[in-house]
Amino acid sequence: MAEPLIVIRGLSKSFGGLRATDRVDLDVPEGETHAVIGPNGAGKTTLIGQLAGDLRPDAGMTRFAGQDVTALDAPTRSRLGLARSFQITSIFRDFTAVDNVALAVQAHSGHSFRFWRPARAERALRDPALAVLDSVGLGDRADVLAANLAHGEQRQLEIAMALATRPRLLLLDEPVAGMGLEESQRMVRLLGGLKGRVTIVLVEHDMDAVFTLADRISVMVYGRIIATGTPEEVRGNAEVRRAYLGEEATL
Amino acid sequence: MLHRSRTIVMAVGVLALALVPPAAAALNQPFYVDLFRRMMIFALAALSLDLVLGYGGMVSFGHAAYLGIGAYAVGILAFYGVDNGFLQWSAAIAASAVAALVIGAISIRTSGVSFIMITLAFAQMLYYLGISLETYGGDNGMPLRTRSQFAGLIDLRNPYAFYYLVLALLVLFLVLGHRLVNARFGMVIRAAKSNEPRARAIGFSPFRYKLVAFVLAGGACGLAGALLANQTEYLTPEFMHWTRSGEIMFMVILGGMGTLFGPVVGAIVLLGLEDVLSALTEHWQIILGPFLVLVVLFAKRGLFGLLPGEVLRDG
Repeated sequence: MAEPLIVIRGLSKSFGGLRATDRVDLDVPEGETHAVIGPNGAGKTTLIGQLAGDLRPDAGMTRFAGQDVTALDAPTRSRLGLARSFQITSIFRDFTAVDNVALAVQAHSGHSFRFWRPARAERALRDPALAVLDSVGLGDRADVLAANLAHGEQRQLEIAMALATRPRLLLLDEPVAGMGLEESQRMVRLLGGLKGRVTIVLVEHDMDAVFTLADRISVMVYGRIIATGTPEEVRGNAEVRRAYLGEEATL
Repeated sequence: MLHRSRTIVMAVGVLALALVPPAAAALNQPFYVDLFRRMMIFALAALSLDLVLGYGGMVSFGHAAYLGIGAYAVGILAFYGVDNGFLQWSAAIAASAVAALVIGAISIRTSGVSFIMITLAFAQMLYYLGISLETYGGDNGMPLRTRSQFAGLIDLRNPYAFYYLVLALLVLFLVLGHRLVNARFGMVIRAAKSNEPRARAIGFSPFRYKLVAFVLAGGACGLAGALLANQTEYLTPEFMHWTRSGEIMFMVILGGMGTLFGPVVGAIVLLGLEDVLSALTEHWQIILGPFLVLVVLFAKRGLFGLLPGEVLRDG
């Protein structure tokens, strides 16, 4: 059998005395949607940061698509097919929606030492950007300044930017956080539509979203993954129930 | 993308600049040719800073260093009898671009206050280097032996020829700048200014693009320095003093960051006010200061930025 798309072994990161991730092992096969859940402060966002290449691990290694990427920075990992969204919406606020996505296309179409031709007139950037915007349901918002989009739309825009890089792996840090019911249902539909076509690792507190989307779930507590399994297995796991006792989430 | 009102103001502005020499001649005030030429030279310096500051988000507080290097390149070559302008000006551009490469390679790894302090420190180092160069006049500076020679193509001793050369260069750099900031290259540095973590996450490595922008701006400002040496026919370390860097930065902010033409407006307004107010009173800075404070308070996007058009905000 082929190696899983993501292989993590012994990944650790401490901030001062706090072990944000502690010898994390995780395999995510190609095509899987894998949710990471756990109480606040369990180290989920740190794990995403380490996967994306923003945080250097103190120990451990990450393999992506058969390649050791432990020492590679975020831009290099992006070019290898790793895309992410941020916990706090991160977009180019003073550019239009289509500019945001066109920038993501541009970042993946060779170097940008081109000084003469207006980038906004390049159909090779514009057309794919508009197509991706359409696919996430923002087709009619293309020329709106990103700062002026509604919160839910900005989250969709982040997904669009990630998709525009044609990723093999999508890292999503709380994609439905702060959304109203309708917005979050739209986002879950959007992500559900990607299932199988792209491998997804998502951190999420919204259990409806997690159990709707995830093929497998890992539960993180105090920097460690204490259980990994199908939604049913995780739901029935006694240790997981103990960890969540008194927490905001109910399984 | 330029909004129509900005295009009109730019066209009128350039036309007005083109009409300064005949107007000055008609009014029998040749002094204005000199003044406006000086304004345009500083406009070129401010325009180059705008690429770094307004589009790249790099608060370079040592931009006068390149002005000084450009001027000294011309002055030192002239000192040794090399009057050829092609050679002098190429040397001015190359020397300041190399300096920008070194300064940028170190400073662009930092951001915020560190970046400001490093660029400022380098510029002050060069200022003191200029003071220590006794051969070239030390802190008194030295006169330029003769204006740059262009093999008879153009005679800079003719104030009108010199004026229109500066105007042509300014327009050329406005066009080049406009192409550059809207091309792929410009989109990268603007994206990095807007949100660097996001730019990295989609696959850009902003460092080398910012560095190239820094070097291009340094080279362009070096050319402004070469022009300034010819303008004043004298060079002094004062060209590189930090207050000069501050002045150039103020031109950018006053006219409007991230607009290219704004810094041109800023240079003309600032130097124009200096000229008008200093004729009224020797305490002219007391009037200039509050005016600048008011502009910054009430026209955050600068004078040119008040016109409708593309909005470039921070963050």
